[in-house]
Amino acid sequence: MTGLRYAFAAAGFTLLLWQGIVWITGVPPFILPSPVRVGQAAYANRMLIAENAWVTACEVGLALIIGTVLGALTAIRLAASPRLHRLLTPMLIFTQAVPVFALAPILTLWFGYGIASKVVMAVLIIYFPVTSAFYDGLTRVPVGILDMARTMGGTEWQIMRRIKIPHALPSLGTGLKLAAVYAPIGAVIGEWVGASKGLGYLMLLANGRAKTDLMFASLFTLAIMTLLLHIAVTKVSDRLSRY
Amino acid sequence: MQAPAIQLSGSYHIDGTCLFAPIDMTLPAGEWTCVLGRSGVGKSTILRLIAGVRCAGDFQGAITASDRRPLEGRVSVMAQSDLLLPWLSVLENTVLGARLRGEVPDLRRAANLLERVGLARHADKRPDSLSGGMRQRAALARTLMEDRPVVLLDEPFSALDAGTRADMQDLAAGLLKDRTVLLVTHDPAEAVRLGHQIIVLTADAAQPWTPPSLPPIRDQYAPDTVACQAQLLAHLRRAR
Repeated sequence: MTGLRYAFAAAGFTLLLWQGIVWITGVPPFILPSPVRVGQAAYANRMLIAENAWVTACEVGLALIIGTVLGALTAIRLAASPRLHRLLTPMLIFTQAVPVFALAPILTLWFGYGIASKVVMAVLIIYFPVTSAFYDGLTRVPVGILDMARTMGGTEWQIMRRIKIPHALPSLGTGLKLAAVYAPIGAVIGEWVGASKGLGYLMLLANGRAKTDLMFASLFTLAIMTLLLHIAVTKVSDRLSRY
Repeated sequence: MQAPAIQLSGSYHIDGTCLFAPIDMTLPAGEWTCVLGRSGVGKSTILRLIAGVRCAGDFQGAITASDRRPLEGRVSVMAQSDLLLPWLSVLENTVLGARLRGEVPDLRRAANLLERVGLARHADKRPDSLSGGMRQRAALARTLMEDRPVVLLDEPFSALDAGTRADMQDLAAGLLKDRTVLLVTHDPAEAVRLGHQIIVLTADAAQPWTPPSLPPIRDQYAPDTVACQAQLLAHLRRAR
């Protein structure tokens, strides 16, 4: 609770500072709207924001599920085959060297203006951290435990299922925490490049019409969504790491 | 279950450096052999070679059982670290071997073994809620659950306090009776107390050391046990 209290205190202080700057400098609202004005815009456009936030939330949620499943399966496959790991790791690192944001226009071209291109974008961003973190966990089981398991006559699949995967779940949790932060970024970038719905689209629209207060309202909605997602994923991650 | 004798002869090299020269040692059937020697001389390597697990170096020689059958599937290992899986209960840890082989575990037998090692009331607990001694007893139950004729013990009691260690030695000696046991230890008192046969390993040879005439498990305060411990310790210090 102390942490929450500090968070609220910091947020309150920032809002006060922001409001103070607007008052003192007299900056026009289309450059920097006051927090009060942003709040008013958020309330006035609540249905519009909610509708677009729902689209972004669906994109992020789907991307998290698909990216986590794909990343986890890849990590398990790589951990089961050192040869495949040696073969594929350079390729995986190369894909990370390509700025995924630069692919956004191509993804929009390939997958259209709908939800699919944003989901693919976010999946591409979270796939590597999830794979990498889970793979690390899978390959860091103490040698003594693996030797014991092999002496017991354990099959490779059972060792993977009953020892390596449970041992690596806390690492998967770490990957998921990163994914929860990255996934909304991917979805919003996708929406910026080409979309007819979503918070990224709404922010661009508001910006183009000099509705800076609406843009800020959308931005804060996105930040709050990301924060909530992070809290939820942290809870899942803590559960995975409970032992 | 007939426990075989095990014969090991050969040498071991790591990156071209000799860890131990050609040695010959026999683990008599159904008896405890205790191996001592300075750190790094290859005691645990011998244990790993018999267990059939990966070793970093190159072993030139042969490991054979007296019944001419392969050792694979007939050996179980208990290490200094209990190697309990922290996400499983004590009972589930006990039946880990069966689960790893894809078999249906005999939970009744596991519960019975846990009772024999004094952990019946702790079967559903996670390892992190147990003391060091209790964890080693759980590891012993897991080893017994495997019901293998050959049991390899790699300093399993060395991290325990003196009282718990003596209790564990009594328990293990009773429960592993009639199995061929190799105990790697740094403790002359433990070797003299438990060993039917004692071997001092050096880089050149596996030298037998005559244990007291009474069979194990020996009274650690008996004069000939105390004398043997003292002589063995003096010999180990000279052999460094």
